[in-house]
Formats: sequence, structure tokens, C-alpha cells
Amino acid sequence: MSRLVDDEALSNQVVDGKVRLQVKDLGLCLSGSGEDVVSDVSFSVSAGEVLGLVGESGSGKTTLALALLGYTKRGIDIVRGEILLDGANLLGMSPAELRSNRGRRVAYVPQDPAMALNPALRIGTQLREAMQVHKDFTGDVGERLAEIIADTRLANEGDLLQRYPHQLSGGQQQRVGLAMAFACRPGLIVLDEPTTGLDVTTQRHVLTTVRELCSSYGVAAVYVSHDLAVVRGLVSTVAVMYAGRVIELGPTQAVFNQPTHPYTRGLLAAVPSLDRAEVLRGITGQPPRPGRRPKGCSFAARCPLALPVCGEEEPVPTLVGGRLVRCFRAGEERVDLNEKKVVAPAQEPHESAPMLAVRTLNASYGSSQVLFDVNLNVGRAACLAVVGESGSGKTTLARCLVGLNSNWSGEIKFNGEELVAGCRNRPKNLLRKVQYIFQNPYSALNPRKTIGQIIGQPLEQIPDLLYSERSQRVVQVLEDVSLGADFMSRLPDQLSGGERQRVAIARALVVDPELLVCDEVTSSLDVSAQAIIVELLRKLQVERGLGMVFITHNLALVRSIAQSVVVLNQGHIVEAGDVDKVLSHPTDPYTSRLMADAPRLNQPI
Amino acid sequence: MPVTKVSQLERQRMHPILYLLRHRILSGIVTLFVVSVVVFTATEILPGNAAYAILGHSATPRSLHALEAKLHLNRGIFDQYWTWLSGLFTGKLGNSLASNTPVWALVKPRLINSGVLVLVAGALGTAIGVLFGVIAALRKDSWFDHLTSVLALTVTAMPEFVVAIGLIVLLSTLVFHILPSVSMLVPGVYAWQKPSLLVLPVATLVIVIVPYLYRMTRAATIEALESDYVEMARLKGVPEWRVTLFHALPNAVAPVIQVIGLNFLYLAGGIVIVEEVFNFPGVGQGLVNAVSNRDIPVIQFIVIVLATFYVFVNIATDVIALAATPRRRIGR
Repeated sequence: MSRLVDDEALSNQVVDGKVRLQVKDLGLCLSGSGEDVVSDVSFSVSAGEVLGLVGESGSGKTTLALALLGYTKRGIDIVRGEILLDGANLLGMSPAELRSNRGRRVAYVPQDPAMALNPALRIGTQLREAMQVHKDFTGDVGERLAEIIADTRLANEGDLLQRYPHQLSGGQQQRVGLAMAFACRPGLIVLDEPTTGLDVTTQRHVLTTVRELCSSYGVAAVYVSHDLAVVRGLVSTVAVMYAGRVIELGPTQAVFNQPTHPYTRGLLAAVPSLDRAEVLRGITGQPPRPGRRPKGCSFAARCPLALPVCGEEEPVPTLVGGRLVRCFRAGEERVDLNEKKVVAPAQEPHESAPMLAVRTLNASYGSSQVLFDVNLNVGRAACLAVVGESGSGKTTLARCLVGLNSNWSGEIKFNGEELVAGCRNRPKNLLRKVQYIFQNPYSALNPRKTIGQIIGQPLEQIPDLLYSERSQRVVQVLEDVSLGADFMSRLPDQLSGGERQRVAIARALVVDPELLVCDEVTSSLDVSAQAIIVELLRKLQVERGLGMVFITHNLALVRSIAQSVVVLNQGHIVEAGDVDKVLSHPTDPYTSRLMADAPRLNQPI
Repeated sequence: MPVTKVSQLERQRMHPILYLLRHRILSGIVTLFVVSVVVFTATEILPGNAAYAILGHSATPRSLHALEAKLHLNRGIFDQYWTWLSGLFTGKLGNSLASNTPVWALVKPRLINSGVLVLVAGALGTAIGVLFGVIAALRKDSWFDHLTSVLALTVTAMPEFVVAIGLIVLLSTLVFHILPSVSMLVPGVYAWQKPSLLVLPVATLVIVIVPYLYRMTRAATIEALESDYVEMARLKGVPEWRVTLFHALPNAVAPVIQVIGLNFLYLAGGIVIVEEVFNFPGVGQGLVNAVSNRDIPVIQFIVIVLATFYVFVNIATDVIALAATPRRRIGR
């Protein structure tokens, strides 16, 4: 396990229970207009404790995290409040004092280490830097360097310090980020979604490292994340943010077992479970942007429990059941929101011949082979999940199916007809029946075209379709994805990520396909938007009898959407079968490891 | 297919800089060969041969034939080309048709003069452009940034002869009389021995090359300063001067080097006009004179020298840019 810290560090820093960080009434505004970005935030973190800061994108959590170092992005100002670090107010300090605290007493672990490490500097230079620029750091830099490398379990293969960031894997880069932060033995560490984009196994290792370092060094930590399952296992206190305010703050156990604010309840209801198939419920509507925040409670417009007073006054934090909640109805008897998760109805197994049959598919991306002898079947109205870590060949498989990759051999049959390599060589009628939905809805829609034009475009390939008929079908399909005809004239820029992905789905559906290939379609979305997309796809699967190939790295999602699953490991299928059988009783060690490493809502790390 | 596989393997084995050098030197040799063929045929195909050009309209057929034989013009075209090409390597460049002096003796002082001009203007322009660009980036939206940006844009809009004439009007004729308006040199005296003659031509070239470099440096530095790694460095408590020097600037080098290279390439061609305006005895003026005199051996030699300079500058910028970008230099 983690190495023992030396006596000096112990006597200096491990004072259990001592309050390290205290935030009082913190407020941040946009520089020009003075609109609220973050307001009325108060909390404290003790030595050795980890506080989780959760919320959807746009809730202000990164802004708040940076403010804890007395730092703001351009265009945002800290206007109110105090940030007391071991009693000293960061916000009252001169720039030079702030600088001497940053990296020394309070450190930051960035969201994307690939961007936050300087591509032109060697790892060793970047690791040593914080220790060298802080004059009050006493101790041998080389010795300390060796310590943190061991602490963060950075495999020091001799030349690690000589390497450049691009020569490291994502997991290693993140460990370098952690090592940089812990180097000067700070009292407070702010971690901004440090495991986004990492594989579950790497994520688990990084999280374990964070927890060990915090407890052994007596460091207070603030962990920012949108992933509730990750936070559940790591932190002792959780603060849920919405529209720049902390709306629920309390011990992790209490908040997760009995969420009180309707927003917290909604977020938790949207998280898929690894252990059983559940109906996922997303919160409808969008969080308000800074400057567009309504009078009263910001959540009122999306809240199933809203009262008239919620639109008038802003609720103040009240202590209910051991946690602070900003809700007028927090003290009332619990109202059932029907969030109790129902086990999703299992699909009837179809015994008929499979719609899609893939035999001994060997495919290459560039010059290296990434898929080896892949076999799979997809039935009518059935969903096959393809799971695996990044680099396992999932996307290449999808691109072979839809004809975007023609560098393969083997056999792909669709309704008994052969699908040849390359979409240009396939008859239009077959192309129409197999549709692809891309991973990133932000780049999959042409920003210069209206939603109506984007969805209508595939219809131009169908001969003899009247113009009136065409727009009728666009309206119909927009209704099917619960967007409505008034979206026709909007541009992609005006839509949220979840809405964009629904447009992408509508574009695929408009030509009446029989098979949808969905490539990580929810990975760039918040849990709530993800839940809505997953439920939409499942509804379509039943209503239209759609076959589906659902590619994901999120095992919990597989439970909710798919009936059968194949597990890909480095291009080989290591396990295949019914979802329940494979996930509950994995036989391959790789699947077992994926299951064990995936974070769960009901289990500590 | 097999060809690309082999070259990929070699690529993995060789150091990327060596690989690039080898590749660029080989293609540079091919380029120069093509240039030599084009220059030779173009000058040979021009109506009327050299003998005719020397003797003029009044030449008798007999004297023409005699001169043609003396200049080897009566031999086959491949033979002539080979003689010329091997002469480039052995130093037998022949004589100028206009003055009947050896080409080398004629061009050498001009090469030195132009070399001094290009080097001084290039070095000064690079220093000023980079310095102003970095300062403007560090003080983005300050009065310095606004002023230099507007100035840079104004100068970009002016051709070099306008700049040159403007400087002459300002510094040596109508307003002040500080500097000579022409840079004539006595034979045997080089430009670096008379610095005052260099001032105006150098100033003109510097003014022309600085704006683009300034704008590129400013943009590249701003991009680096707004990157996540610079933010991270600030969050580590790294002092601002160190952030600029060690974190931002190394990442701005690669695009800036490309512009510095382009500036030197421009200088090699741009001196033609500037030397003409100032009567500066360099290769540019030499080329213009040779063209009007139909002095074919001189034209051919100067063009080959300029082409070699182009190829060399291109290789140098690519190698420096690669050396400054670890991500490209070192594989995973």
C-alpha cells in the first residue's frame, strides 16, 4: 500500500479533524454584466477529508474549484466571501502572496492532463518545478521526487523523467498530475474531474491513490465530478451544485441513501445500475445559464414538487436530516416521485434468423490489425451491446458495419444480404436500412444548417418523395425523439448536448432504418441527458422493432438497454451472451476485472 | 504498398531529424537539378543567341560564326548544358558576355554585399518582430498592443518600393539630410566597410519583414499563454516571468521559425527591388543588369545561387521547427 510518510510531514500536517479549508459566502460574477455565476457557497473541509462537488455541466463546479486557489478564468471575478486556508484568507492576499500559496499550500489536479502538461517540457522538469519555485519548500528535491513517484505509483522505468508528456499513457499523465499536486505537501488539494476519459481500471487505481494520499498526508481534498458513482465511493461529504449554488450538502451516506432535494433525487434516479436492469429517469429541461437564472429557486422550472412560492423567493439552506438543503419542501414528508427504479421489461427473445450476422471479421485501422475473428448476431428488435476499454476496437467494428472502414475481411450479412466493404459500394436501399449515430453530437451536426435541414437531408436520397411528405416526416420524427416541430428552424448551436444527440438520432430514424449503430452516443452527456437518450432508444427499439448495436465503455448502461453483450479485449471477443449471464457471472477474467473496477453507487471504492 | 512499408520501418529506426535531413537534402538536389535545366533552357531558348546579343544588329554573318564558335554555341544543346553544369562545380563559370570579365569576379563582390544586406536586415527584423510580438502578446489589449497592431497592418499594406521612397524622402532628401539616398560603392569596397550606405536599404527591408513576423509571434504567444498548461503552471505558483519564458514561449517557437524562414526567402527576392531603388551593388541589381544586357552566364549563375539559398533556408527552418517540437520529434 502507500508508503509511510516521514515524521516531519506527520508532525506538520496530520492533525486529524482540524479544519483545513473554510469557504464562507463565496460569490463569483461575470466581469461585464455582473451576473451571478456562483453564489452563497459555504462549506468546510477537514484534514484527511474529501469533499465531493457534483453537478451537471454548467453548474459552476469548475469555476468554484478554481476559485479555491484564488484563481478565476478570464471574464469571471470573485466578488464576495472568504476562502480560509488554515485560517488565512486567500482572497485578501496580494498576487505575490497568492502565488506563494498556490502549488505550495493549495494544489490543483486538472481535468485533462493531456492538455495541462506542457508538451515542450520533460516530465522531470514539470515535476520538480513546484518544489523549485517555492522558496519555503525545504527538503531535498530529488528525494521528494522519488517519494511522490512511488506514492503515485508512477512506474519509473528509468527514463520517465526524461520523457515528454505525449510519450505517456492517459493514466500515467494523470498520475503525473497527482504527483505535481502532492509534491510540496500541500494542505488542500482541488481535483477537477481527474478521471474523466480514463478506463475503469485506471480510474480505480487513480482514485485509490488519491484516497491513500489524502489520508496518509492528512490533506483536505475537494473532488469535482459529474459522476455520482465515483464520488460515492471516495468522499465523506458531498455538495450538490445546481445553477451556481450548493443545493444539498451533507455526509455522503445520508445524501446518497436518502437524497432530499428534488434535483439530487433526479440525478440519482438517472444513474444506471451495474447489478440490475432499471428504467432510467432523466430530469427534463435544461439548467439555466449564468445570466438567465430565474427569480426564486433556479430548479423550480424543472422540479416536479414546485410550489408557487418557488418561483418567487429563493429558498435558504435549512438543516434537514443531518444535511443542508435549499428547498422549501425539504422539511415536509417525503413525496414519492416515482423514481423507484422499476426493472425494465425484458425483451422477448427472437428465435428467428438474425438481422445482422458478422462472421470472422478481421479489420485493420491504418496499418495495424485491430479486430480478430469477430463473430456476432443482432436479432430484430434486439440490442447488442459491445463493451470494452478504449483501444479495444469498438469504433472500428462500428465503422466496418456501416461501411466507413473498408479495410476488412470476413462476412457481414444483413437480412441475408451481403454487406460489402465501403459504403460507396453498397446499394442505396441497404445504406438506408443501416444508420450510424456518432459519439460526439457537438461535431456530428453541421453548424450552418437548421435542424430541419439536417434531418431532412437523408430524405433527398429517396426518389419520388414529395416535398410536403418530406417535411411531414421530419416533423413526425422530431416528435418521436420528443423535440417537437418548433426545433425545425433552430441551429445546432442553440441546443444542449442531449438535444443535439436527439437530433442525431432523428436524422438516423427519418429514413426508417432497421438497424441503428450507436457509437458511445452518451459518453459526452451528463447522467440526466444520458438517461433520457437511453430511454428514448429503448422506446424506439420496441415501437419500431429496431435492431441496435450499442457501443459503450459504461457497463451499467448495458444493463438498461441491451439484451445481449459481447466483450472486446484488444480486438478479440472474450465473452458473449445474455447481458444478465455475462455481467452477473462473468467467466472471462477481463470481464470480471471490468465489473470489479466499475464504480458503483452502493459501494465504496 | 511494400514501398511505404519499408520507408515506415526506416522511419522508426532513424532519428526523425536525420530522416528529415536526408529526405530534404535529396529532394533539394532534385529541385536544384530541375532549376538548372529550366534556367539553362529558358536562357538558351530566348530569341537570338548570345553572339547576336553581343554583336548587335550590325553583325556580319562571318563575325557571328566566329563568336559562336568561340562561345561553343555551335555545339549540341546537351553538350552545352553539360559544360555549363560541370563548370558550376569546377569553378569554370566562363566570362561575362557584357564585360568579358570572369563571371565569378563579377558576381563575388555583389554576393558579399547582398549577403551582408540580407543577414543584417534578417537578423534585425527577426529580433524586432519577435520582441514586439511577445511584448504585445504579454500586454494584450494595452495601448502598446493596439499601436503596434495598427502600425503592422499599415506597413503590410505598403509595397517595399513605397517604403524605400518614403524613407529617402524622410531621411535623405526633403525632410532631413542625414543619410545618402543612393548606396553606390567604388569597386573593391564592400558594403560592410561603409555602414552608412547600408542604413536605408536595411531599414526598408526590416520595415517590410517585421509586420508579418510580429503578428505571427503575437498570435502564437497569445495561444500558448491561454493554454491549459500555462494555467496549470500559474496554479502551481510559478512566477509570471518563468511562465512566459519556460512554458509559453517554447511552444510558440515552431510557427515563428516558419515565418522567419519565409522572411529570409522573401529577402533573397525582395532585395532585387530595394537594390535597384538604392543603386546598391548586390546580386539583385546584378541580375537586373544582366537581364537587360542579355548576359546569359551571369543570369544563370545568379539564379542558381538564389535557388540554392532557397533550398538551404527551407531545410534549415524545417529542421529547427522539428527540433523545437518534441511531440513531432520523438515518437510515442
